[in-house]
Amino acid sequence: MTVEVNTSAMSIASERPSVLRPTIEWLARRAEPIAISFGAILIGLALFSVFILVIGKAPTTLFQLMYTGGFGSWFSIQNSLSRAAPLLLTALCVALPARLGLVIIGGEGAVVLGGVASAAIALPFIGTVPALLVLLLMAAAAMTVGGIWIGLAGFLRHYRGVNETISSLLLAYIAIALMNQFVEGPLRDPASLNKPSTAPLPAEYMLGKIPGMDVHWGLAIGVIACIASWVLIEVTSYGFAARIAGGNVRAAQIQGLPVGRLIVGFTAIAGSFAGLAGMIEVAAVQGSANASLAAGYGYTGILVAFLARHNPLAIIPVAILLGGIDASGGLIQRRMALPDATVLVLQGTLFVVILFCETFYGRFKIFNPDLWKRSA
Amino acid sequence: MTKLLSMNRRHFLQTSAAGALALTPGLLPGRALAQNALTVGFIYVGPKDDYGYNQAHAEGAAALKALPGVTIVEEENVPETVDVQKTMESMINLDGATLIFPTSFGYFDPHMLAMAAKYPDVQFRHCGGLWQEGKNPMNTGSYFGYIGQGQYLNGITAGYTSKSKKIGFVAAKPIPQVLQNINSFLLGARSVDPTITCQVIFTGEWSLAVKEAEATNALIDQGADVITCHVDSPKVVVETAAGRGAFVCGYHANQSPLAPEKYLTGAEWAWGNVYSDFVKKAQTGEKLGNFVRGGLKDGFVKMSPLGPAVPAEGRTKFDATLAKIMTGTFSVFKGPIKDNKGNVVVAAEKSFAEDAIELESMDYLVEGVVGSTA
Amino acid sequence: MEATGIGMWGVPLAIFAGAIRVSTAFIFVSLGETITERSGRINLGLEGTLVFGAMTAYAVAVRSGSPWLGVLAAMGTGAVFGLIHGWICKWPKVNDIAIGIAMMQFGLGLAFFLGKPFIQPAAPHLPSIPFGAWSGLPQVQAALNINVLFILGGLLALFLWWAFRNTRIGLVLRVVGDSTDAARAMGINPDRVRLFATAVGGSLAAVGGAYLSLYYPGSWNEGISSGQGLMAVALVIFARWNPIGCFLAALLFGGAGALGPALQSVGVTQGYYLFYAAPYVLTLAILIATSSPTRSLTGAPGALSLTK
Repeated sequence: MTVEVNTSAMSIASERPSVLRPTIEWLARRAEPIAISFGAILIGLALFSVFILVIGKAPTTLFQLMYTGGFGSWFSIQNSLSRAAPLLLTALCVALPARLGLVIIGGEGAVVLGGVASAAIALPFIGTVPALLVLLLMAAAAMTVGGIWIGLAGFLRHYRGVNETISSLLLAYIAIALMNQFVEGPLRDPASLNKPSTAPLPAEYMLGKIPGMDVHWGLAIGVIACIASWVLIEVTSYGFAARIAGGNVRAAQIQGLPVGRLIVGFTAIAGSFAGLAGMIEVAAVQGSANASLAAGYGYTGILVAFLARHNPLAIIPVAILLGGIDASGGLIQRRMALPDATVLVLQGTLFVVILFCETFYGRFKIFNPDLWKRSA
Repeated sequence: MTKLLSMNRRHFLQTSAAGALALTPGLLPGRALAQNALTVGFIYVGPKDDYGYNQAHAEGAAALKALPGVTIVEEENVPETVDVQKTMESMINLDGATLIFPTSFGYFDPHMLAMAAKYPDVQFRHCGGLWQEGKNPMNTGSYFGYIGQGQYLNGITAGYTSKSKKIGFVAAKPIPQVLQNINSFLLGARSVDPTITCQVIFTGEWSLAVKEAEATNALIDQGADVITCHVDSPKVVVETAAGRGAFVCGYHANQSPLAPEKYLTGAEWAWGNVYSDFVKKAQTGEKLGNFVRGGLKDGFVKMSPLGPAVPAEGRTKFDATLAKIMTGTFSVFKGPIKDNKGNVVVAAEKSFAEDAIELESMDYLVEGVVGSTA
Repeated sequence: MEATGIGMWGVPLAIFAGAIRVSTAFIFVSLGETITERSGRINLGLEGTLVFGAMTAYAVAVRSGSPWLGVLAAMGTGAVFGLIHGWICKWPKVNDIAIGIAMMQFGLGLAFFLGKPFIQPAAPHLPSIPFGAWSGLPQVQAALNINVLFILGGLLALFLWWAFRNTRIGLVLRVVGDSTDAARAMGINPDRVRLFATAVGGSLAAVGGAYLSLYYPGSWNEGISSGQGLMAVALVIFARWNPIGCFLAALLFGGAGALGPALQSVGVTQGYYLFYAAPYVLTLAILIATSSPTRSLTGAPGALSLTK
């Protein structure tokens, strides 16, 4: 007789209906990230409520206002969506390199330089070239510049061993200084006396709003970018190679994967998305490039990417959630006389708790069907 | 959830306006003032208690709280992006505000204009000088104060107090308003002693504490002993300068509590008067002005009380000049004036009153100012 | 005494004075991070700890009237932040770089929130020692008016350099940082050592913050930090985890930061934004020049996730 190892599993499987068990197992595996993420959010909200109680305010009022301000009406929902739009792209700038194992936090730099590049390239073509072409040109310029900027961080990481977190941050500070120099110097519109800006885009050349909504097309572009990124990572072989390299660089190199090209390529793509966010800010909101480009979208994008566990599809709901929290911030300020930093504390708490809850992955037997059989 | 979503905007406005009315303090049913109830929204780009630009506006807003039937809603730290559009909409839709004051320069175009087009029944008044008749809608407008003459008076006190004959200016960005302040400061000092020079350092940002402290130290290292500034929050400049033993002139708000011995005087905004005026008109249904300006004479700007270090003759000249300004016959930019590169910028027979449109596009630094605009 | 301008001499003097003024915060943060990283953990959340320390120090100084009490309180809160960071990071699968960024956001938000009532009041400043009393020039006097924390920072750097080599604690720290397994084999509990190291690192970073709010620029507001906490991490790598290197790197960075206003004050006014970017460009250039893709950085603690 052969040794009866694990025959109990096979016998159980053959006794039960053949569809139910695998379905339950599939559900159990899929449920893990959702359950832990939700659990983490709940814990974070609970901790935040304690904080609110300690300072003498009512958490229930706060959450009501958060809901009203973020999602309680069509106006609020559009408010949240508007704020989420740039975050979709800047979060990709963090999430894509993260799948390769790199932590890039300098997306802000790509945003501002992308914005400046797009404003600069539009200037000579206004009035002579159709609007759609100008917008495409702007997007191309922004994506190129943004891609070069973050790609530089990736290049330095692979070919010089410079830590990409720090280099991308330094590059972000340098980019903001460059942006200020360009906008106040060579690219300055002489008519923009009191707020140095590039020459304004005429209204026909601006990116409009999605029909039926008060939100500009940047939202749709962001969603498409997220979907495209997901396809890139999960479906294409390029993305597959990147994920392997992200898991273990040495193993990838042994396999012959072009790790250097992967790193530079992915960071360039990530930077191009952030640059696109800058272009959208210019073309859909501001109409010109100026100091308001450095609005912190890059930094909030870091939070979104980590909360979404670097999954491009998950970035969409997380960005909307964070947009909602941001949107409600104003209402909380006005109704509860709480400072605007309240929203920062909430975001920080959620961020810390969700990252901490990473440790729970794999700990709960209920989510791991391989462990169920032991009890049979 | 579906019930909320099915509400259309008008219903929402009605219910929230009713809600806002109910919240307005002192409003009991049957009181005749009910129709004058007004919710006013204020939006600040920085913190309300920055001892500077935003605080001046917040103090003006606070003056409104005493008026009957007025509710104020304020939001601070709102950046000049689509965020401020959403804030305005939120105040209109959820708080029932019908008069909005976006107080930072960058809120005007495109943000305030976009909102004004969307909500024609709401009045928007922007702090700045950008409103143009015919080009901008009538439910918008600008208000601003001529504070350059305040800096001129600052300069007079500096002229009497400076021993090194060098004064210093910490500036944010070289835009016309700032350049006008720098020039006025020097011209005021030169009216006391024509040999005085003023050095200017640009920090490049409206609010960056470390750069402002560095700039102040650099100015004092080069010999300046009276310092003033044009940044959003003068607190750091005032404290650093006073700590090094230099005298200071204030700006935006009254910073004398920070350096009582070294504070000479300061050019402050008096927005409370401006806001009260707007609100009273709104309450009685009168038309609000679209291009409202004024200086010291009109109560838009005021000077801080003179500090202990200003000598008696300085006080005399200060008071005399202030009196002349109050009659409306004084002008700072009276020709001939050369810039610091040698060109004549104000011809000998010309003289610009404080509201002259040419001053709005000033791009030079007058002779005696050490520094450059680019 | 008539104050005179000192012309072109203003630039090197300003760089010298600026180096001392601006570097003190960097010195403390980078020394703290050196201790943490030597134990094998990276704490990117020091920016939040620094700002929170600045707020705490200022608030306590305002309330109690003593700046030193403020510094002590800041050390306490910094240690708490470090403990939180250290405790969370010891769990498996937690990404300590990400946690650092999260703690930074949390610390900043909490500091701004609690610090609102303290933006207006003025706090007593930390003392300084006038080393320049011998000079007749007020500029030299001001430049040599060195604050006490700078001196303490220098002494601390020397002490740490000596301690890493010659004390038992220093050895334990280095062993834990080089190899977790080796430490366990020696009977040391690496988690506890790292927790302690992170707490100490946090409290030193908070002292750096206290310096900002209680000496230079000497005021509390939401813009008080311009990224010092994050830059310090770069400085630590640049200094190869050597405390004396940290001290010198901080001086270099501070001097570069003073370049912009100093040049403007002598009339070099073109392109001042680019001068303001000088510290960052300098740090990046040096990092590029001294890094290598193949050899691990000399002196890098083996267990540090940054260099794996």
